[in-house]
Amino acid sequence: MIETMLRNLDTLLLYVFALSALVGAALMLVLRHPMQVAMALISTMVFLGGIYGLLGVHFIAAFQVLIYVGAVMVFMVYVIMLLDVRDPSFTHRFSTLLIPAVLGGALLVELIGYAVWFGKTAPAAATVSFNLQQFSVAFLSDYWLHFELTSVLLLAAVVAAIAVIKAGKKHHG
Amino acid sequence: MLLALSIAMFALGLLGVIIRRNLLVMLMCMELMLNAVNLSLVTFAQQTGTAAGAVLVFLIFVVAAAEIAVAIPIVLLLVRQKRTLAADAYTDLKG
Repeated sequence: MIETMLRNLDTLLLYVFALSALVGAALMLVLRHPMQVAMALISTMVFLGGIYGLLGVHFIAAFQVLIYVGAVMVFMVYVIMLLDVRDPSFTHRFSTLLIPAVLGGALLVELIGYAVWFGKTAPAAATVSFNLQQFSVAFLSDYWLHFELTSVLLLAAVVAAIAVIKAGKKHHG
Repeated sequence: MLLALSIAMFALGLLGVIIRRNLLVMLMCMELMLNAVNLSLVTFAQQTGTAAGAVLVFLIFVVAAAEIAVAIPIVLLLVRQKRTLAADAYTDLKG
């Protein structure tokens, strides 16, 4: 009993992580305070990192935790603590678009699910072990242009953030 | 199975952007959508055994960081104007 469980531990963990990530994502819709939503999102991201680790792409798992949880969500949590304003969006969580949005979301899930399930699926090359060296070579030789474009994007983001702050300062004197 | 999880998370994120009223919660739901797309990219990269999916995941990491770095100051400025995080207080921004 225990031996078979240990043999299938990867699969079991994969299912547990996937279910936890889904629960975290669903909790994001119903929790009231932004801080609770942030905690649900952080747990979802960590479980996704676990899924990546189980799939064998360990460095993506590491960057998922480092960049998303370590940088993006810490920034978000800081802002939530900074903006401690109480307003109607805390007591009335949902906008007036609730029912049309739920209907549209159900339609979207049905559409994408149909397209994925009955569409042309790629031939499943069973358990391709991911090769970090192959990835690195491809990243910096085939995709060097995209790499440079992201550095330009980061520069543009820095300039934009500074411009937004300056615009706010000029407005308020 | 992972593709189904990806679809479900993307739909939940999109739903959250539409139905929630809090600006910060809407931003976090956008992050959830990016995460769902990342998961589908990793799954497809595993299925086909190519490096393109993983490269794209890295580019999405960068785009997400840049997006949040620009979006948060905008939210800060908006809140400084009206002292509220409810999205429907800003309907006068409509062009």
